Amino acid sequence: MSILVIADHDNASLKPVTLNVLSAAKAIGGDIDVLVAGEGCGAAAEAAAKADGVAKVLVADNAAYGHHLAENLSLLVADLGKGYSHVLTSAGTTGKDFLPRVAALLDVAQISDIIRVESADTFVRPIYAGNAIATVQSSDAVKVITVRGTGFDPVSGEGGSAAVEAIDNVQDAGKSAFVSEEMAKSDRPELTAAEIVISGGRGMQNGDNFKILESVADKLGAGVGASRAAVDAGFVPNDMQVGQTGKIVAPNLYIAVGISGAIQHLAGMSGSKVIVAINKDEEAPIFQVADYGLVADLFEAVPALDAAL
Amino acid sequence: MKVLVAVKRVIDYNVKVRVKADNTGVDLTNIKMAMNPFCEIAVEEAVRLKEKGVASEIIVVSIGPKVAQEQIRTALALGADRGILIETEEEVQSLQAAKLLKAVVDEEQPQLVILGKQSIDSDNNQTGQMLAALAGMPQGTFASEVVVDGDKVSVTREVDGGLMTVALNLPAVVTTDLRLNEPRYASLPNIMKAKKKPLDVKAPADLGVELKASLAITKVEEPPVRSAGIKVADVAELVDKLKNEAKVI
Repeated sequence: MSILVIADHDNASLKPVTLNVLSAAKAIGGDIDVLVAGEGCGAAAEAAAKADGVAKVLVADNAAYGHHLAENLSLLVADLGKGYSHVLTSAGTTGKDFLPRVAALLDVAQISDIIRVESADTFVRPIYAGNAIATVQSSDAVKVITVRGTGFDPVSGEGGSAAVEAIDNVQDAGKSAFVSEEMAKSDRPELTAAEIVISGGRGMQNGDNFKILESVADKLGAGVGASRAAVDAGFVPNDMQVGQTGKIVAPNLYIAVGISGAIQHLAGMSGSKVIVAINKDEEAPIFQVADYGLVADLFEAVPALDAAL
Repeated sequence: MKVLVAVKRVIDYNVKVRVKADNTGVDLTNIKMAMNPFCEIAVEEAVRLKEKGVASEIIVVSIGPKVAQEQIRTALALGADRGILIETEEEVQSLQAAKLLKAVVDEEQPQLVILGKQSIDSDNNQTGQMLAALAGMPQGTFASEVVVDGDKVSVTREVDGGLMTVALNLPAVVTTDLRLNEPRYASLPNIMKAKKKPLDVKAPADLGVELKASLAITKVEEPPVRSAGIKVADVAELVDKLKNEAKVI
């Protein structure tokens, strides 16, 4: 078996989730090559070469791949991928964008968002927003897969010494162009990649009060999320929403503050390793899934937590 | 400009999902079904394009059993002009759905195809992208804003960490994210009017597509049940537990 992993990167650095995808690749077994496609992406390729278990790093460095446009990237990956038994990437917005195109070009199915590898052709993935867990077996010659990073412990990013090989394969579909990008200016980790997430609900009362969560988040290196109720009430923007129709997170520690625990929210966070709930209503459903529950007024408990850290 | 919108009949998002006792799937007997929420957003966006004078005709297509006509009628009541049901009782996987939609695209030649980014049952997030690849079209996935300008469409996409805007040559595929719009409700007169709008029914074979699935779902299980843990008395105990028992901070 041979596996092609498409790296997540921003040209300058390799995104840590790539190490989780490599872990999934290792669970499948076989030679693992990594493709780093970008523009001026040499540093990301060097980082990929140091990751544990990588046989070879292929670098496609061209303006056509600079912004990971799906139209171009999918042509490259489909061209390379037909020589492999498995093609894997993370289930981030880049992978979700280009990989289904690759599957269609190869005339195979895609298996989305796997959280476990059962064997080389059988994988486990959540459906119905995690309310059911499906085991899926593929009979395709090339298995095209997106990996949910939180389902796999990362491999080491140090110690490897894979060969780095430039490939001259420029695919420009000429049908799409990058216009602009507006990235949230935050030193906090992205919700779906964060090891700790602290989220606020309707109990926060307004958007300003999220500052007390941000202070705790900065001490813990955590991401800040919100329930749909808090988003619908206009406290915080939609991209902070954790839940069935928002982001699905599975950090090591999830702290739910002033969140009652509607099904819609639980679907987005119940895969977390440890859940803490802080709520003044001791009947709140969130306590039924919390490992540690604190029945308290959040406006006293959160500053106290902040001070204790 | 002709706009094609694809909609899917799924379990209503308010219904609690139950896994069948024999682990073969999810129990859909006597369950309320509805249009997939992301597809509602797709229909709304098409209707707004028509109201702006950008779209001239909206064709709504669904793939599924006969009763999926209900969801097509809903879309017609919201403002779509005519419907196509590709009728099949079989489970249709994303690649096959994309091939069926590609056949409809070939017949109808729309300038814009709008789909939900994913359906809330299988959560695959694949069909729009696969259709775009098969039709040789560019794509704007997870759209939060769509602006048609001449022979191009500018799509602002919700990506990890922020927003990214791309310019696509038409014809193109757009998949919707939550922030794109807030779907309207159908008015009673429009629901009545929708009953008279044309709805064409086809079989997959009419479109020359064979429904050959390469993925087999061998088992569907309940997710691991979380049991309630303990209540801590105060913040000090909480911090102690997180540090020394759970070892997560």
